[in-house]
Amino acid sequence: MTVEGFFERLRTEGRIVIVGASLAGLTAAETLRAEGFTGSLTMIGDEPYEPYDRPPLSKAVLLGKASPHRTDLPRRRELDADWRLGVAAAGLDLGARRVRLADGDEVEYDRLLIATGVRARPWPNETEAQLDGVFVLRTRDDAVALHRRLGAAPRRVFVIGAGFTGSEIASACRYQDLAVTVAERANAPLVGALGGVVGAVAAELQRENGVDLRTGVTVTALEGDTSGRVRAAHLSDGGVVETDVVVVSLGATRNTEWLTGSGLGAGPRGVACDAGCRAFDFRGIVTDDVFVAGDVARSPHPLFNYQFLSLEHWGNAVSQAEVAAHNMISPSADRRPHIWVPAFWSSQFGVNIKSVGVPTMGDQIMITQGSLAERRFVGAYGYQGRVIAAVSFDNTRWLQFYQQLIETAAPFPLEYSTVDRRPEGRRPIPADFPDPSLPTHGPTVTLSGYSPVDRRLVFTPARH
Amino acid sequence: MRVVVDLNKCQGYAQCAFLAPDVFALHGEESLVYDPCAGDEQRAQLARAVAACPVGAITADGTDDGAAPSAGPVRGTSDDR
Amino acid sequence: MTHASLLRRITDYSSRADPYPLYEELRRTPVLHEEDGGPYAVSSYWDILSLLHDPRISSDAGNLAAAGSDELGEAEETGLPPSFIRLDPPEHDRLRRIANRPFGPPHSPHRIDAMRDDLTEIVSGLIDGFGDAKRIDLVDRFAYPFPVTVICRLLGVPREDQPRFRAWVDPIVAGLDPDPGGHDEERLRAAQEARVQLGMYLAGLVEQRRKEPREDMLSRLATDRGPDGLMTTMEVLTTAVLLLIAGHETTVNLITNGMLTLLRHPEFLRALREDPGLSVGIVEELLRYEPPVQFIPRRTCIADIELRGVTIPKGSRIWLVLAAGNRDPERFTDPDRFDPYRRDIQHLGFGSGIHICFGAPLARLETQIALAELAGRLDNPRLVDDPPPYRQNAVLRGPRHLSVAFDSVRP
Repeated sequence: MTVEGFFERLRTEGRIVIVGASLAGLTAAETLRAEGFTGSLTMIGDEPYEPYDRPPLSKAVLLGKASPHRTDLPRRRELDADWRLGVAAAGLDLGARRVRLADGDEVEYDRLLIATGVRARPWPNETEAQLDGVFVLRTRDDAVALHRRLGAAPRRVFVIGAGFTGSEIASACRYQDLAVTVAERANAPLVGALGGVVGAVAAELQRENGVDLRTGVTVTALEGDTSGRVRAAHLSDGGVVETDVVVVSLGATRNTEWLTGSGLGAGPRGVACDAGCRAFDFRGIVTDDVFVAGDVARSPHPLFNYQFLSLEHWGNAVSQAEVAAHNMISPSADRRPHIWVPAFWSSQFGVNIKSVGVPTMGDQIMITQGSLAERRFVGAYGYQGRVIAAVSFDNTRWLQFYQQLIETAAPFPLEYSTVDRRPEGRRPIPADFPDPSLPTHGPTVTLSGYSPVDRRLVFTPARH
Repeated sequence: MRVVVDLNKCQGYAQCAFLAPDVFALHGEESLVYDPCAGDEQRAQLARAVAACPVGAITADGTDDGAAPSAGPVRGTSDDR
Repeated sequence: MTHASLLRRITDYSSRADPYPLYEELRRTPVLHEEDGGPYAVSSYWDILSLLHDPRISSDAGNLAAAGSDELGEAEETGLPPSFIRLDPPEHDRLRRIANRPFGPPHSPHRIDAMRDDLTEIVSGLIDGFGDAKRIDLVDRFAYPFPVTVICRLLGVPREDQPRFRAWVDPIVAGLDPDPGGHDEERLRAAQEARVQLGMYLAGLVEQRRKEPREDMLSRLATDRGPDGLMTTMEVLTTAVLLLIAGHETTVNLITNGMLTLLRHPEFLRALREDPGLSVGIVEELLRYEPPVQFIPRRTCIADIELRGVTIPKGSRIWLVLAAGNRDPERFTDPDRFDPYRRDIQHLGFGSGIHICFGAPLARLETQIALAELAGRLDNPRLVDDPPPYRQNAVLRGPRHLSVAFDSVRP
C-alpha cells in the first residue's frame, strides 16, 4: 500500500484510542475530528466524569464563584466517541497494539495517545494521610471534599507547601476569612519556580494578607485525635500548629505506572517523546503509533538547549494535544513540531502572576519595569548572556515582548530604556534559586528544587 | 453553557467582565475568575463576551462549529454520572 | 505619484473616502520612513501588535514633543494637563486605575451592563425623533447626539444642563476637524472658548458632587479614595474631558461607518433585522474593516528598535497604522471582505496593550444597540450619496454627513 493510501485509510477507518479524558485528551479528540478523522475514537478516563477543567478548582471554586461539580470543559464540536469513563488503563501491549483496562477489557488501536497527566502527591505517611481532614487538591472529588470542609467553618487551615497550588489555596482561605498557616521548606513561597527575589515578594504578599507563613520548616508529623480526625501539625522547628484541615500541596506525580513493563520510555519523570509527540521506547527508539501529550509528556525543546522539558501548563496541554493529534494522522512530511514556549499563570491574593520561558534556568533577574515594592513589575531572567524567562506581577500586557526576547535569544542584561524602568531595575541581581542538588521529594515536606511540582519544569538529560 | 478561558492568552482586558458581569469577574486588577458553567439566561451576554475578547481566549460550547453557542452541552455516548 | 509621498497621500483629503488601496501600498514597505524627521509608519498586523506591547515605545506627551510633533499630533490638544492616554507608566497606570474604579470591574462590574436599557431608550428616542421624515442625515440626527447623551448620563450631568453641555461639546468636536477650506483660527478660538466654559462647568459640578455625592461616575471620581488615593480636581477634569472627547468622535464614526457599510451590504442589514444578535459580530468586524481610529500617530521610541531589518532610532516618531494592519492578508483571510460571521477576528480597532481603548465596552454596546435598532426600525433604508462627504480628519476617519432615505419609521 502507498503511504497516501495508508493514511487515507487511517483517517477514514482507523482506530484511535486516547488514554486520559482531561484537557489534553479532549483537545486531541476535537482536533482529530476537526482535521477530518472519521474512524473510531475511544476515550479512556479513570475518573467517572466527562472532561473538566482543573485550574478553577483551586481558584474560582474555592473563592465560591463556581461549583466544584460544574467545571466541565466546553465542547467545540461533536465528538462521536466511545467513552470509557471511570475505568483506568492498566497496561499496554505495544506488539499487539492493545490497551488493557482495569476491568479486564482490552481495546485495540492503530494509533494511541497517552495523556494520563499527573496526580497529586499524597502525604507520604499513609496513616497520617488517612486522617479525616487531610486533603490534596487535584481532582473534582478532591475539590468537592475540600470545598465542603472549608464551608464548615474550620478553626484553622494548614497548607503544606507554598508552591502555586498551596499559595492559591491559602489565598482562597484568606478571602473567606479563614485562619491559615502555610508551611514551606524553602525560605519563601514560589522559590522553586521563580527564585528568591520574587519569592520574597510572594512572602510579603501572603503575610500582608494575614497568612501565618512559616518558612524554612518541614512538617514532621500530622497528629490525629482519638476519633481519627487531624488535630495538629508538628514542625521541624519544634512548633505545633493546631488545625482541623490540612491541605497537602507537594506537587504531582506522573501517571505512568500503567506503562511499567510495556517497553515504552516511561517512568516517574513522564513519558519521553520527540518534538513531534511520538513516544520513545525504552531503547531510545521512537515509535510511530504511540503519541504523548500534556502533563505526562517530556520532550526536547530547541530554545532550552534541547533539554527534555516536562510542563504542567494548561496551554502546553492544549498545544501539545493539537500537535499530537495532527501528527497521528499525517504522513511524516506533514507533521509539525511542538515548540511551545512554556507559560504559566497563577492568581493569588488578587495578584495575577504570569511567567514565560524557563525561570529556573535563569541565574540572574532584572526588574525591567515597575517595582518589587509595589508588587507590580516585570522581571527578566538571564542565562549565559541571554534572556531565558520573564515573570510579571499584574503586568501581563507586556509579557509578549519578553516572549519574543526569549524566542530570539536576545542578550541579557537589557541595557536599553524601557518605560517604567526604576533605579532598582538598572542592573541584574542573582535570581536566587535553591541549590538543585538538594533532595526534593523525600519522605517529609519537599517543596523546592528541580522537580515537576507546581507547574515547574524538570530537566533531565535525554537518556533513560 | 460550558465556558473555558485560556488564561495563558488572557491579558486582563476585562471586556468579558464588562459585558457579562455575572459570568466573568476580576479578582484584583487583572486576574480573571469565571463561572465555567453559565446559566442559560447568560447566553446573549456570553456571546458578547466571546466576541469581544481581544485575544480570543474564551471558548464556549460549540464555538468551533461556526454556529452560535449551542443550547445544551454535547453529550458523549456514555456518561456514567 | 512617487513613493516618497505615500504618507502625504494617505493624509490628503482626496483619499479619505477610500484609503484602503493606499494602505495596501503601505504594507509593501512594512516600516516606511519617507523623509528625515518624519515618522516611521508601521503597517503590518504582527508588527503593530508587537509594538503595542513593546516597553521601548512611549506614549508620553513630553517624549513626543521632543521628537518634533506634527500637525496630527496636536489634533486632540485639550489645553489641560496630559490625560492618561498621553502618559507612560507608572503615571498612566495610576490614573487609569483610578478612572476605572467607578467605570468597570473589579470595583464597578455592573456599571456598563446596567446602562443597556438606558442606551436602548436613548436610541429609541432619537429614532422616534425622525418623525415623518423620509430622509435624514444620520450623523446630525443620530450618531452625533447619541454618545453625548450617553456620556452625560454616565458622568451624571443633570438632564436640564444637557443642552448647555452639548453647546460646548459641538465647537470642541468641530475644532478637532480642521476645515480644508481654512477658517481654522475662528474654529479653534471657538473650541478654546468652549473648553474653558466646559471646564468651568465641570469644575462646578465636581465641587457639588464632592459635597453631595451620587452614584454617577463624576461623584465617584471626585470622592472615591482607593489605594492610589484621590484624584485632584484637575485630574478629574482631565479624565472627564478625555472620556468625552476620545469617546465621542470615535463612537460617531463607528456608528456611521457601520450604517454605511450595512447599506452597502444590504444582505447583512436584512440579517440583522431578523437577528439583532448579529450586531455583535457586525460591530467586531466593523472595528476591523472600518476602524474609527485609522492610525496612532503619537508614539515615540525611547530606544533603538530593529524591525524587519530597519533600525528605528531612539527618539523617532512612530505611526501605527491600525487600519492597514486590520486588512493584512498575512493575518486575515480575505481581508477586504466585510464578513460579520468571521470567527478569527482579533482586530486592532481598539489598539492593544496598556493603552487599549478605555471605553471599548461602552462603544461596543452603544454601536450594537444603535445598529440593531436602526436595522429594525427603518423601512427600506437606502444610501443617498455613495461615497458620502467625509470629515477632514485622517486619524479619526468618518463621514461628515450620511444621508439615508427610507419609506417609513416603524414604531
